[in-house]
Amino acid sequence: MKDEALLVADGLRKTYALPGRGRLTAAEDVSFTVARGGSLGIVGESGSGKTTVARMLVGLVRPDAGGVRVDGRPREARTPRRKAARLARAREIQMVFQDPYVSLDPRLTAAQCLRTALRLHGRDDGTAAELLDRVGLGEREAASLPRHLSGGQRQRLAIARALAPGPRVLVLDEAVAALDVSIQAQILRLLDEIRRDTGVALVFVGHDLAVVQHITDEVLVMRRAGSSNRAPPGGF
Amino acid sequence: MLLTLDHLTVDLPGAARPLLDEVSLRVAPGEVVGLVGESGSGKSTTAKAALGLLPGGATASGTVRVGDADVLALTGENLRRHRARTVAMVHQDPRAALNPVRRIGDFLRERGADRTRAVELLAAVGLSDPERRLRQRPHELSGGMLQRVVIAGALAVRPRLLLADEATSALDVTTQAEILALLRTLRAEQGAGMLFITHDLHLAAAYCDRVYVMYAGRVVEERTARALFAGPAHPYTRGLLSCSPTLGDTSRTLLPIPGRPPSLSDSFPGCPFAARCPDAEPECETWRPVAVDLPDGGTTACRRVPAAVPAAAERSTT
Amino acid sequence: MTALTLTPIRVRARRPVGVTVAAAFLGLVVPAAVLAPLLAPYAPDAIDLSASLAGTSPGHLLGTDSSGQDLLSRVLYGARTSLIAPLLLLAVAALLGVTLGVLAAWRGGWTDAFVSRLTDVMYAFPGLLFTVLIIAVFGTGMTTSVLALGLAYTPTVAKYTRSLALSESRKPYVDAYRVQGMGGARICALYLVPNLGRSVAGYLVVLFGEALMSLATLSYLGFGAQPPSSDWGLMVQEGQASVVQGALLPALVPGTAIALVVVSFNVVGVWAADRLGGRN
Repeated sequence: MKDEALLVADGLRKTYALPGRGRLTAAEDVSFTVARGGSLGIVGESGSGKTTVARMLVGLVRPDAGGVRVDGRPREARTPRRKAARLARAREIQMVFQDPYVSLDPRLTAAQCLRTALRLHGRDDGTAAELLDRVGLGEREAASLPRHLSGGQRQRLAIARALAPGPRVLVLDEAVAALDVSIQAQILRLLDEIRRDTGVALVFVGHDLAVVQHITDEVLVMRRAGSSNRAPPGGF
Repeated sequence: MLLTLDHLTVDLPGAARPLLDEVSLRVAPGEVVGLVGESGSGKSTTAKAALGLLPGGATASGTVRVGDADVLALTGENLRRHRARTVAMVHQDPRAALNPVRRIGDFLRERGADRTRAVELLAAVGLSDPERRLRQRPHELSGGMLQRVVIAGALAVRPRLLLADEATSALDVTTQAEILALLRTLRAEQGAGMLFITHDLHLAAAYCDRVYVMYAGRVVEERTARALFAGPAHPYTRGLLSCSPTLGDTSRTLLPIPGRPPSLSDSFPGCPFAARCPDAEPECETWRPVAVDLPDGGTTACRRVPAAVPAAAERSTT
Repeated sequence: MTALTLTPIRVRARRPVGVTVAAAFLGLVVPAAVLAPLLAPYAPDAIDLSASLAGTSPGHLLGTDSSGQDLLSRVLYGARTSLIAPLLLLAVAALLGVTLGVLAAWRGGWTDAFVSRLTDVMYAFPGLLFTVLIIAVFGTGMTTSVLALGLAYTPTVAKYTRSLALSESRKPYVDAYRVQGMGGARICALYLVPNLGRSVAGYLVVLFGEALMSLATLSYLGFGAQPPSSDWGLMVQEGQASVVQGALLPALVPGTAIALVVVSFNVVGVWAADRLGGRN
């Protein structure tokens, strides 16, 4: 059963040292699986450790215990020193961050941003136009710096950038939380289309259950320090 | 009337359009009024105006009254008392309202609650073991618990008007439901009115007695919550309802509103929503919105809604 | 969903008069230095003992020094060394300081501790003393002075860059590069440092005035530029002897030049640093 899943998180645990005494447990024994092309929502209020889990998945935070496997292969907890290993690891899981106002390099235009990611992974520059088209950005936006794009357009660009390496799994950390309701729906719809067309699996982290359950098959609810209930959306 | 905004217009130098454009709004004692809008709609500016707080450099015309007080004319000690005693505000992020190095007990004492009352308040907002909470510091509590503490602090001053600005937006659903229920009971016990500001139209329609929907600094629709949900009159309200996801209703496809909410650098000769409106006609681009009465008592500002009678502007001043 | 996301409105701050005056002055000084051979009425080292210590006259607009050298010509030529040397000095300090600062911020841990202690130690040591020490070992001269002062300015730049890089490296766009699988060195060199560029550049403009002062001081003390150079610091030192003889101009002219240029750079620099650094 477990071997069939694309993404397996097994007993993830992370604590941080508090000033003075004690440790703060950000995540405790978090385990879940995501099927090929599937989607999992992780819901919790602020401080429940859901962002820590997202960052452990992509390797920005090293878990104290537990591990992540993609396609049966365990991911190294440390960023590999060798470039090839690093890039291969990046092609497994990509991430879209919460705030599109600070998650894009302010100096690069939309097209440059995508070309940087494509070149790094040895993919054809020309794919940039395809990706921009894929997320609904036109030529005018391609030549624009992030500060000249609206919040929704920036998040579209961030999604295109995450798709550039051709990942198997896309982790979205509160990816629509900073957006207006009418824009949220546009982005949710886009993500749904992308999942359908490319078969990329989604891990959607958020605090708003209504939003999360709308685009995921299954939802994991995190309480403070640890994980708990897991149910299909109908169960709520 | 507890809170009355009458044709409040707020201009900011350098902005292409007014921050608030002829906003009229009422909250009666004991009433829960929703204020719904996206960023730049002016919903937070409206709420802050009730505190007598305008953005730096802004000029205002129209009136803001809380009870008998003309809020925009208050100064010095009167204004301070108004902000500290008459009106209380609960924000989205409780951590921003609490000093991280001070204990919960200190926070409540600053707001005039003695120890016994502080314990009562914490128990009233549903925190277990209130005696122990008094000695704890913010980092020891979860977001939901902290929001309860902030609400206890808001209630400590026995305000007549409670402003809740996205007060439950960052919380998970169960906690959100508990806090919402709590706000309603406590408000009823103290007989205060509440202005509930949110981006979530479904939540407002389910929770409030009456709802104002704002867009680009204007009120586009004002209805009782039931009427709003059953038959939204303004195309923007309809758009919001069909683009927001709701709990337990995953089969419904979301219909996004095209385009983006207007910023302060966008100005409109006519209806601000025309460019994103599925029902817009060329005339809408130049039609300056006027609120019209709806048969069920609400108002809306849409050219396509037949004007039964132009909304009586005087009504909002009573 | 943030409660209120106002699109920032660009309110153009009026430029203070002082900044305009200072910028205009620098706008005259720099071309004057470049065009010195065309503008100067005499060669900077043309000795005319018959005109020793002459006051202002149509022939010598700013008078002459004890060797009868035209002060206007010397100040114009002197502007070249006096302006280029601080530039080179800052280039050395920027290269080393930015590298160390970014390294400390990015690596953290013991690298950060080492760099921070190193800069603290150099901070505690008076900069001039440190420079004089290096000059004592490697000999006097402009090149040694520039390199020595470059080293002395490195900790300041490193400290400043470290704090900037620390907050910049926590921004999610840097995380995004890491998630893409980009190596740390590449992220720093190609993306992090360019994003610090504006703030660091603003800071360097502020330091320019100070660097010019330090170099002039070294020359005045005889460690920097050597005769027959017309470096301003050296000119003040040479002119000092004439003050006793009642001629103020030989010391006053280069001294005023230093003061005006330093003040102008400070005024423009602080203004530029606010504009460049604050708008990120």
